[in-house]
Amino acid sequence: MAHGDRPAVTGATILVVDDDAALAEMLQLVLQQEGFETSWCGRGDTALESFRRVRPDLVLLDVMLPGKDGVEICGEIRAESDVPVVMLTAKSDTTDVVAGLEAGADDYIAKPFKAKELVARVRTRLRRLPPDAEEETLTIGDLTISVDGHSVRRDGTEIQLTPLEFDLLLALARKPRQVFSREVLLEQVWGYRHAADTRLVNVHVQRLRSKIEKDPEHPQIVLTVRGVGYKAGDPADRH
Amino acid sequence: MAGVRTAWRRFAGGLSRVLHSPLAVWRSSLPLRVVVATTSACTAVLVLAGFLLMQQATEGVMEGKRQTSMAEAMVAFESAQSELVANDLTTGNLNDILTQVAIDLDQRGTVSGQYHVLVTGPVSSFRSARVLPQSVPAALSDKVSGSGGVWATATEIRYEDGTTEAGWAVGSALTAPGAGRFPVYLVFPLSEDIATLQVLRGAVITTWTILILAVGLIAAVIARQIVVPVRAAREAAEALATGNMDDRITVHGTDDLARLAMSMNNMASELQTRITQLETLSQVQQQFVSDVSHELRTPLTTVRMAGDFIYEARDGFEPATRRSTELLHDELERFAGLLDDLLEISRFDAGAAELTTSRVDMVEVVRSEVVAQRPFAESKMTPISVHADEPAMAEVDTRRIRRIMRNLITNAIEHGESRPIDITVVGDDRAVAVTVRDHGVGFRAEQARMVFHRFWRADPSRARSIGGSGLGLAIALEDARLHGGTLNAWGRPGRGAQFRLTVPRAPGTLVEVSPLSVVPRDVLDAQAPSAAPGGDEVSTPTGERSGA
Repeated sequence: MAHGDRPAVTGATILVVDDDAALAEMLQLVLQQEGFETSWCGRGDTALESFRRVRPDLVLLDVMLPGKDGVEICGEIRAESDVPVVMLTAKSDTTDVVAGLEAGADDYIAKPFKAKELVARVRTRLRRLPPDAEEETLTIGDLTISVDGHSVRRDGTEIQLTPLEFDLLLALARKPRQVFSREVLLEQVWGYRHAADTRLVNVHVQRLRSKIEKDPEHPQIVLTVRGVGYKAGDPADRH
Repeated sequence: MAGVRTAWRRFAGGLSRVLHSPLAVWRSSLPLRVVVATTSACTAVLVLAGFLLMQQATEGVMEGKRQTSMAEAMVAFESAQSELVANDLTTGNLNDILTQVAIDLDQRGTVSGQYHVLVTGPVSSFRSARVLPQSVPAALSDKVSGSGGVWATATEIRYEDGTTEAGWAVGSALTAPGAGRFPVYLVFPLSEDIATLQVLRGAVITTWTILILAVGLIAAVIARQIVVPVRAAREAAEALATGNMDDRITVHGTDDLARLAMSMNNMASELQTRITQLETLSQVQQQFVSDVSHELRTPLTTVRMAGDFIYEARDGFEPATRRSTELLHDELERFAGLLDDLLEISRFDAGAAELTTSRVDMVEVVRSEVVAQRPFAESKMTPISVHADEPAMAEVDTRRIRRIMRNLITNAIEHGESRPIDITVVGDDRAVAVTVRDHGVGFRAEQARMVFHRFWRADPSRARSIGGSGLGLAIALEDARLHGGTLNAWGRPGRGAQFRLTVPRAPGTLVEVSPLSVVPRDVLDAQAPSAAPGGDEVSTPTGERSGA
């Protein structure tokens, strides 16, 4: 799904993949009340099939599922789509969360969560960064970002990014000289008001680098500022 | 050749160790002590035995020589006397006769090589070649001149060339009829006997040396025989201690050492079995925790969302239903928090907690948590101020540090009686310390350790205003320990409390000294005029719980 035709928040379709029928029904009730269309899949091994059929705008994915692991499903969805994926985890353990994020999940929410929390997460992932009429295109390193077109190009070749990765890159590119702390990025890109898991930023910066950096080991575009956070590479710094 | 060189190098290495720290080598080497002790004891015994042997041999030889000397002298004196008597004193000069007798005696003595002769005549004296008259001790000449008979005395024979020699001097007086008595002395050198004794002494010393070396060698071999299996046992025990559970000692024979080895092996097997059991138990427990977390969290999520759903619609309810909905909602929140804390604690217990560190400014971490707790502080009308002069960078797990701060701050607000809370952040070159000071109810000094106990309450009758799980400080302590840091508490009834977190700037190092005192600054300052700093309040080991 291209970035250009991301739908409006209300009326978006959300695929709930969870084996617990009661929780799935409750999730759907809450989401429907917020104006979303919902669809449910209760097994891991049929999740990808449902995804292809429903063509959702967002996937809520449980980690432990019968048939197939949520992390694995996430990787399969990522292989064919940039649709936002929010993992539902029963454990906030390092390994589980990082495995999910590394498989391409945009965000995770640990059980037991509140309805408001969930809705906030879903809305953030479906929302677009407020467009700024003044800036049509931005440059960061040797990349050209088309804000309206939601596309990133290097030497005319488009680089495929997920909406989250695009938002992350855009946040950095809009203020090239500013150093962003992980907390600030969590607020701007993920919509967290309070402290959240900074591993979200770390993992997604790694994923973003693997797509846009020529040598992810020696990044030129998204630079680490030790002890503080990240900043955009110098636009003039072309190699 | 190479073997010799290796042996030499080992010997040289051992020697240099001995020279550098002799005491340490002495203490650490059992064979050395056994060899040295055995050799010393043997040397002492041998020296004593040799000494006694030599003494007895010398005495025997001396006595024998005296007796033979006496016997020889008697015969010589008798023949001289008879010669003297046989000569007609009228026909010859007494002097010539005496000289002749002396020459005869000397010839006998020279032929047998046994003695020298000294004769004192009325006019002139005769003496064998080279022997000085001083060879005869005064005591002997007194006895001889005083009475008849044969006398013997040990003496030192002096020669004209200045040499001396041990020997026996035997004296008697010859009687010339009508001419008086003439003392005659026979001096028997002991040179041959001394030579024999020296040979004997040489033999004794050679035997000593050989015996001592042999004893040393035997001791070394025996010590080695004992030490080698003991060392093997030690190495196996060390291997066990480092977790090498599969190491076993090879057992030879059925003696005590073999039984030691067998016992060690049995112990290792027992330990291994126990550890495996405990590991299995721990794994079962971890799995259980994991299962509980999944099984409990999913229905709780559903219930919580349902509660939220109903709570949102509470405005349309009757008052009783509405209140019930609110209670349901609040208690579900509390239940969720309690479950979170329980799972966190069990994760620590299972050793599954991991640090995810990054380099951050602790001052910023503290400030952001204070901001997050601002609404709660305001609801309790409690002012919070953060004191920090400069950034305090440290490599920490931000999530855990924030959780520690959250626990400390909410705890301070909860018990702070709406009085101001002061948070101080100070770093030195190794560690960063954060103190959270409140001026609330406080607690007794001896409770400084108990505040970290799970589900502990200073006063069981006091209600919790925010419904904390009672695990907050226990979790905070575990979080601090995970960093290699410490969490200490100070408190006095009515004078408030202070909690101090100390974390090392780099993970993996242990904090020994905190940049801040656990006793609040204001308390120390108030004490300063009356008592010296470091008074009784400072010694709060009750609150010192090391994270090591």
